[in-house]
Formats: sequence, structure tokens, C-alpha cells
Amino acid sequence: MADLRSTIAGIRSPNPFWLASAPPTDKLTNVVRAFQAGWGGVVWKTLGEDPPVVNVSSRYGAHLDNERKLIGLNNIELISDRPLEVNLQEIIQVKRDWPDRAMVVSLMARIEEEAWAGLARRIAATGAVDGLELNLGCPHGMCERGMGSAIGQVPDMVEQVTRWVKNATNLPVIVKLTPNITNILWSAEAAKRGGADAVSLINTVNSIVAVDLDAMAPTPVVDGKGSHGGYCGPAVKPIALNMVAEIARNPDTAGLPVSGIGGVTTWRDAAEFLALGATNVQVCTAAMTFGFKIVEDMINGLSNWMDDKGYANLDQLSGRAVRNVVNWNDLNMNFSTKAVIDPALCIDCGRCHIVCEDTSHQAIRIDQGEGRRIFTVVNEECVGCNLCSHVCPVPDCITMQPEENGLPYMTWPEDPRNPMRAAAE
Amino acid sequence: MTLNADIPASPYADLTPPLTAVQALAESNRCLFCYDAACVRACPTGIDIPSFIRSIATGNLKGAATTILSENIMGGTCARVCPTETLCEQACVRNTAEERPVAIGRLQRHATDHLFARKGPHPFARAEATGKRVAVVGAGPAGLSCAHRLASLGHEVTVYEAKPKSGGLNEYGLAPYKMADDFAQREVAFILEVGGITVEHGRRLGADLSLETLRAEFDAVFLGVGLGGNNRLNIPGEERDGVENATAFIERVRQATPDVPVAVGRSVVVIGGGNTAVDAAIQAKRLGAEDVTLVYRRGRGQMGATAWEQELAQTNGVVLKTFAAPVAIDATGITLERTRLEDGKLVMTGERYSLPADMVLKAVGQTLAREALDGLALSGGKIVIDDDHRTSLDKVYAGGDCVASGEDLTVQSVQDGKLAALAIHRHLTA
Repeated sequence: MADLRSTIAGIRSPNPFWLASAPPTDKLTNVVRAFQAGWGGVVWKTLGEDPPVVNVSSRYGAHLDNERKLIGLNNIELISDRPLEVNLQEIIQVKRDWPDRAMVVSLMARIEEEAWAGLARRIAATGAVDGLELNLGCPHGMCERGMGSAIGQVPDMVEQVTRWVKNATNLPVIVKLTPNITNILWSAEAAKRGGADAVSLINTVNSIVAVDLDAMAPTPVVDGKGSHGGYCGPAVKPIALNMVAEIARNPDTAGLPVSGIGGVTTWRDAAEFLALGATNVQVCTAAMTFGFKIVEDMINGLSNWMDDKGYANLDQLSGRAVRNVVNWNDLNMNFSTKAVIDPALCIDCGRCHIVCEDTSHQAIRIDQGEGRRIFTVVNEECVGCNLCSHVCPVPDCITMQPEENGLPYMTWPEDPRNPMRAAAE
Repeated sequence: MTLNADIPASPYADLTPPLTAVQALAESNRCLFCYDAACVRACPTGIDIPSFIRSIATGNLKGAATTILSENIMGGTCARVCPTETLCEQACVRNTAEERPVAIGRLQRHATDHLFARKGPHPFARAEATGKRVAVVGAGPAGLSCAHRLASLGHEVTVYEAKPKSGGLNEYGLAPYKMADDFAQREVAFILEVGGITVEHGRRLGADLSLETLRAEFDAVFLGVGLGGNNRLNIPGEERDGVENATAFIERVRQATPDVPVAVGRSVVVIGGGNTAVDAAIQAKRLGAEDVTLVYRRGRGQMGATAWEQELAQTNGVVLKTFAAPVAIDATGITLERTRLEDGKLVMTGERYSLPADMVLKAVGQTLAREALDGLALSGGKIVIDDDHRTSLDKVYAGGDCVASGEDLTVQSVQDGKLAALAIHRHLTA
């Protein structure tokens, strides 16, 4: 059995699956249910200074596919709307009852040192908290009050707030980054300069998730009006993976621990985040879609897969794919791969043909076979784009097979077809 | 009347219920939107099945129904009665991967039911009037399909129908459990709503109509007269009380009011292996018969009813008795003789046995009533047509069960009527 114990910024948890700061970690009842289900830790929903905020009625919008599968969720909920002291007393009680689980508390305040430092000290004073997470990311509501992404989008402020909180307590500080920026490295580097022990990303993506075509208003509709909100769930995973990888392979931030967030729904998603350099993962939408029990398959799925692959612990896995994330200019121009269709698995739907014919390279031929059509890749036309293999409904029916051409690894800067190459030499 | 605990609430209710919205959502999303899809090629009317199913999945039910009805104006009936298991659903590629096709027929019903329940305008409009007049004989699937297409193209159509209601076998020949809630008449009303079609009931070819007059008075004539005659068993006792053609039995059941259901025997024997035999057997069971036995001379593999229909009969309490040929009917029941197949030929064994029966329904095939078809070339008991559905008589076209165009299916008749209308249109506008 692979060892799933996890440590990030000195914070230990029995497994790398934490619940992210969000509605599922809003209060004792939910967090206790999560720990009973097996979650390794939580980031308590963001605390702010009293008086608590007031939330609106109707808070979530959903991006559903045709089958009503939830692809993404957006919310216009603000931070914790309960008094600070109520939250702190509950945190003390939960930590007392569940000492082996990670208890991280998210906080948010005005861009003033005493606001951040005072809040951090009150949280630290509970003695029940393993670390702090700075919410510099919410793209709705709080940013209109100068908080959340209004801070996270300005690298100097990220650095400043991180330093204030680091100086205020001895607790490890995780800086949660917003994806609503032009370059994630600027805020990651700022957090590191400010003394961050780790970064977590991504916070939600600013979004209008859908339009109610009867109300003619964005969802969720609040009395006929809607606002932009924070988008999360499976659909944002690719954005998050890239940002995690950027931080992992950037020399200035390499080695900065990363807590991966964004659409983690299965153990496989978690493995991908870990492979790109994350130390653990945080989950919200999957729990809000299925309930807390999903962590069981996350834990034993990751463990079984690690056993199959021979990874004994998370350290052996974390960052394994980082070295293979390169710039386009470092790809091998001499590499060639071709689609191969297995007629034994083909069910004769024709989708590979029509997408190649209509939208790609006219590289899949149809021949009439006995009672069915036979689809064959025309190697001379196939550029190895993979589209056919992605639209094929049958797993492994269309595979991509590299061609042995005996040519050396040659990048675009080295390629004689590159008109800029001569200038570079 | 026999009382059985497992008699359905109403013998006239749907045997296969409509899909719920949730079922339709799940089922429509199983469609792979195949290119040049096998299901379309397997549909006699060539409905663009992937497109209509995609429209269901996107919530565009009106668009789905319009896609269906533009190729098959009786898409509502076909959704209920087509042997989809040997047509579109047999071709579905989901069979290959999962051994379970997309439920195309039930999805088609989901879409068309939605349109029929609508309050909006008719989805089809007539083209500008051409001034041409066409006579259609028979208001069944072939005739109405032809009339609708001709009227849509701007021609003026008069339909002559012998019976008091339109719809043909949809109204008189299909089991009520397939056509619940007066669907045939609702569909007829929808078809006629396009305009340009006049139906005259009580008009029969050979009685007050002649081909000669019709040819003289109209620019073209379409014959969709169906099969008026029934094959006989030619065995002793066939004329006894309680012995009836299955088609006549179904017609009585269909025309009875649900409050006064048709009485059936305690022990019913249905003779025949086609869909009419299955319809009659299941319907007899649903009307309260204690024992219903379907007797067929050959094996299940030779039956005209599909395997699905055979199983439907069995799950509804009908006993299938194969390799049994009827030899006599008397007061107590029916005498059968065991048969066997030798090199595909039916051989009688001489071994006889009896089944008690107080009602015997004959479903051994129908024949063309030739009386009024003087001058038309016939072959194999059907009207001969060319590729344009033209008969041997100038200006006279034909389609449906009275021609040898394919299987005797509603969907084939609809296609015949449609193709004949297009041929007539080409001829009239050339």
C-alpha cells in the first residue's frame, strides 16, 4: 500500500485530499461530516473581521452538459457570514476531536496591516490551527470592497499582505492565488518574496456561467438581476494544471510548495496535479456535486494506481511530469505520429471520418466492408493531430502510433524551415 | 367475462408507455450522432434520426418533431408501431458496443407527442396553388401520406375512403395498446390541417367510384387501397360462431367505446405468425381472456412477427405453440396437427391433438380485393408499379400494401405515398 501521508509547508495530513475554503467548510457540522468521511484536512471557509458579511439569496449557477452532468459551478457567495468568535470556537472543538486532520483557516481583510495581522493573531490564538491561507482571489463581491481578487491581481499587494501575516504569527502561510491575471508567475513570485510557505491555486475564475433566457439575466438570478461570479469545477482543471506547472517549472518559484485546486473530481485528477508539482490537492465542487463520500475512491484509487506504478509515497510522485513540460520551441519537429484505427473495435459510427473530413485533413477513408464500413487512415494526409482518437466513442479503438523515422531530435530554432534560424546563427 | 388480477387497468392503455422527460434526456444523450448513420439507411422513410435525437438532447423538441415529420408525416404512428428492432434500432451502432441500441422509436414518440400537444402553428405550409387536382383512393397511411405531400406541393387533393373514418389500418387494424388515446384520429386531423385535402367517406372503388371516371376527372390518381380480403384456413368448422378474422376482431375492439369493451372468450386461439396475430393475441389477453394461445404452422424463426413481438406476447401471457397446423374447429375447440420442416418444406406428421377454444381468431394473411381494379396489371396478387410508383394505367399511381414495394409495414406505406406524390408532382409540373 502506497503511503498517502502528506506534508505541505509543515502541515501534516493523513492523505493529500483537503476540502477547499468554500461552503463545505463553513461550519462544524459540515467539517465533522467531512472528517468522518475520511478527508485529510480542510481549509475553513474564509473568516473576516466582524461584523460578518450578509449573503444574498440564490448563490450558485451551473454549467451543465446536455445530460445535466455538472461541468462547472459558479457562485456569488461571500466569505463566512457568521460571527468570528462562533467560527473560532467551532474550529477549536473540531481540532480537539480530530487532531490528526489538517486544520487550515482562510482569512481575508482590508488592505491594512492591522486588519490582516489582527485577524491572523486571533485565529492563531485558538491554538487549534495548523496554518493560514490568505484569500486573495474571490472575483466577486469582496473585490468590490477592495478585498479578494482586488488584492490578488496586484503583485505588490500580494507580497505586502503575505509579509504582514507572516510577521504576525508563527503559523505556516499559504497564499491562495487568483487565476484572473495575465501571468500567474507574477503573483506567485510576489507571494514567495513576501515569505509565503506555500501557494494554493487556483481560486475561482471570474465568470458569467449562464444566462437565464426567460429572465434575460445571468444565473444565479437574484430578483431579476445577476452578477459575475467565481467559476470552478471540472471545466477549470486545465487552466489550473497549466498554472501549477508554470510555477513548478519557473526557476524563481520552483520548490515553492503548491496546493493544487481546480476541478479535482477523481483520484486521477489528483495524480495529474501531483505530477505537475503539487504537494496536495483541495476539492470543493466534486464534494458539492456528490457529497463527501467521493473521497473514498480518491484515496483508494490513488493508492492502487501508485501501487501499480511503484510509487511508494507522494514525494516519489510529486513533480514527476514537470521536466516534460516545455515551451513549444523545445518540441521535436522531427517527431511524427499517425492515427491507427482498430477495425475489430470500430462500431461504424463514422465520427472520426466526418470530423477529419469537415474540420481537419481529409485523412480517413471509407471503404465498404461486409455489412459495414471500414475506416482507414491515409498516412500521407494524417498529421497526427489526435482529433479522431478524441471523438471516437470506443476506448483504444483509435490509437496514435509514432513513426520510426530515424531522425534526430530537432527543435524549431534548429529547424532549417525556420526563417528566423539563419538570423539566430 | 373472466376476471383476472393481472388485467391492466384499461385494456386500451399504452402497453409501452411514453418516455418521461428524464428518460428522454438520458436516452437522447446515448446517440453518437453518427456520420451517414446506419439507422437512417435502415429507415424506409429515411428520417434524419441523429439530427432529431440531437434536437431532443438540446431541448429543441419542436425541431426534432419537424425533422421527423418532414420525411414521415406519420412519424407519430411509426414511433408506436414500427418494428424498430428490425429497422433503425437493429442498425444502431450502440448494439455493437453495448448490445443495447438507442431507443429511437420511443424518442421519436417523445418528440412527436410534444408537437401534437402543442398550441402553435402547423409546422408545414402549402406551396402556391398549382391548379392541378389529384384523386387519392384510400385514406390509410399510403393515401394520406401521398395526399399530404401533394397538398404541401400546392396540388388540390380529394381522398376517397370507403370507411367512415380516415386512417386505414392505423384506425382499424392496429391493436389499441399501440395506438392509445385515439392517436390515429389526432394524427389524421394534424395531416389534414395543412389544407388542400378533402376527404369523402363512404366512397368505394367499384361501388360509386370507377378508375375510369377518376382518370377522366383528375390530373392523376393514386391508389392506396390496401388489402381488403382475408385468406381462409379452408378447414371444417371455419364458419362456426366464435371464429373470426383477427383483422375484424381488432377493428371491433378499436371501434368499441372503452366503457363497453369487446367481449372475448375464456380460451382464445389465434392462428398465424405475423404482427396481426400478435396484436390480436395480446389484445385478447388484455381484454380478459384466461388462456390465449398463438398457433403457428412453422417455427419461431419463420414467424413474420419479430422476436421482440414474440417476446412481448409471451410476457403478456400469450402461449406460443409452433409447428402446429389447424385441421378442424368444432364446438369444444380446435384440432391441430404437428408439423415439421424438411429442407424448408412443411410436412404434416399425422399426429393430432386438440386445444379447447371458445374463440378462434384467424390471422393468416390478407389479399388484394381485385374487383374494382380492372385494367391494372397485377403480379403475385399485388398491383404492379414501376420505379415511379406508376401502374400499367396512364396517370394512375399506387403504393402501400396493395403494391409489392417491400414489407407490409406502415412506414413502407408512408414512404410509398411520399415517393408517389413526388413522382406525380414531377409529372404534373414537367
